[in-house]
Amino acid sequence: MHTRRHMLSDSAKVAALLAAVGLAPQLAKAQAASYNSAAFEAKNMADAMKALGAAVPVASKDVTVTAPDIAENGAVVPVGAAAALPGVKRLLILVEKNPAALAAMFEPSDAVEANISTRVKLGQSSNVFAVAILNDGKVLFAQKEVKVTLGGCGG
Amino acid sequence: MNARTVKPGIAALALLACASAGAQTKSSADGIAEYRKMLEDGNPAELFEAKGEALWKEKRGPKNASLELCDLGKGAGIVKGAFVELPRYFADTNKVQDLESRLVSCMEALQGLNAAGISSTPFGRGEQNNVTALATWVAAESRGLKFNLPQNHVEEKRSYEIGKRVFFFRGGTHDFSCASCHGEDAKRIRLQDLPNLTKNPGDGIGFAAWPAYRVSNGQMWGMQLRLNDCYRQQRFPYPGFGSEATIAVSTYMGVNAKGAESIAPSIKR
Amino acid sequence: MTDPMRIRAQVAGDKATVRVLMAHEMETGQRKDAAGKVIPAWFIQEVSATHNGKPVLSAQWGPSISKNPFMQFSLKGAKVGDKIAITWVDNKGEKRTDEATAS
Repeated sequence: MHTRRHMLSDSAKVAALLAAVGLAPQLAKAQAASYNSAAFEAKNMADAMKALGAAVPVASKDVTVTAPDIAENGAVVPVGAAAALPGVKRLLILVEKNPAALAAMFEPSDAVEANISTRVKLGQSSNVFAVAILNDGKVLFAQKEVKVTLGGCGG
Repeated sequence: MNARTVKPGIAALALLACASAGAQTKSSADGIAEYRKMLEDGNPAELFEAKGEALWKEKRGPKNASLELCDLGKGAGIVKGAFVELPRYFADTNKVQDLESRLVSCMEALQGLNAAGISSTPFGRGEQNNVTALATWVAAESRGLKFNLPQNHVEEKRSYEIGKRVFFFRGGTHDFSCASCHGEDAKRIRLQDLPNLTKNPGDGIGFAAWPAYRVSNGQMWGMQLRLNDCYRQQRFPYPGFGSEATIAVSTYMGVNAKGAESIAPSIKR
Repeated sequence: MTDPMRIRAQVAGDKATVRVLMAHEMETGQRKDAAGKVIPAWFIQEVSATHNGKPVLSAQWGPSISKNPFMQFSLKGAKVGDKIAITWVDNKGEKRTDEATAS
């Protein structure tokens, strides 16, 4: 059950993650051409909390994160980010407990659906976030917990 | 002290762990199944298949020749269907060979590469990577076909019998055998089911799933490396690449898997 | 020297599902070798896709993306015979482009 406090905490987390990305819509255009090292080096959620330029992320049913409940191995975890809305500028995938929280940032043109999947490494069981940044500046997210197991004879 | 009276510590612990986890595994098993399904499409093994196919056709070695005339058991150059009939007896080498050792024989005979050198190269290095890629592609060419190893030649039957003995042979510091983990139904280590390899464990299971891409280390593994790692986990010295023991164990497993559909190369944890 | 990608573009209706497998270590820079030395970070940073030469998707990746990366997206307005090209650039400046035909 999602209390208001939980929702705000989740929003804050995503906002924090986006802080490192520095994804205020006005900044995004300027950065389009070069690799955003700062964003991808954000050590943890706390560091990512600084410098939030984007709007406070809001949990949204229009954003979906697709991932397995449990991953047999953290090295390869399939994750999909989708937004059932028009005007999606960017789709992001973040892994809360990874040393570098931001895993990927996709910028689909109008010719590509806002529904992209890839595979990420999870250092441990963690929340995984899909974030959609819309052209009008709205920032929406969804999250899912993925459990990582250690299998077999220990490796 | 009779070694048999001392239960191998690790085996006992593993079994205990399995037993205690038994109650929670129903939904975990479903979760694992869902995870595996999500990875079915886009198996990185495809990258190795492509590499293997290129290597089959590429002129290499001192003889500057391709492998396109290599006989994998069904005639020179015939690749489709060969994987599901290996190991088998080869007249030109006068022995039973598995896929990887047979590829090395062809690499020497046709291309002039050094078989002994390749066999002693560690997995993941040099020509061993090429053997793995080739094996991955050859296996892919039999995907969906059913295992049907020949047991007509006296050497093939002998290989099966030796393989059976090797399978049940307990040794090493922990007194393990293949059968310790793979000798009965319904065994598990943590969340991985352990197929019973004394019989046909089913389509795409056990012998029918290797070569496989292992996500845990991002490596492509042929059956030779799979067996190597089994022996490592049993704290037992590895019998050696392409050794009679490893080929015999493969014959034993392959014959037992008669009728099982191959899904190799598959994707594994 | 880089290994080829595997690109498949399957047309269904007026869309193509594009699946890409790239051969890359995606080393995070967090691991140490047997001698205790840090294995340097080596990973794809930028990915882009074109449809018949027109840019349709760009992406930036961090080292959290799995080894031998997989990516899937849906391309609108794709027809059988169209060319889909994928390019990646890694943190060492190594670059690779492969192309496939939608079928």
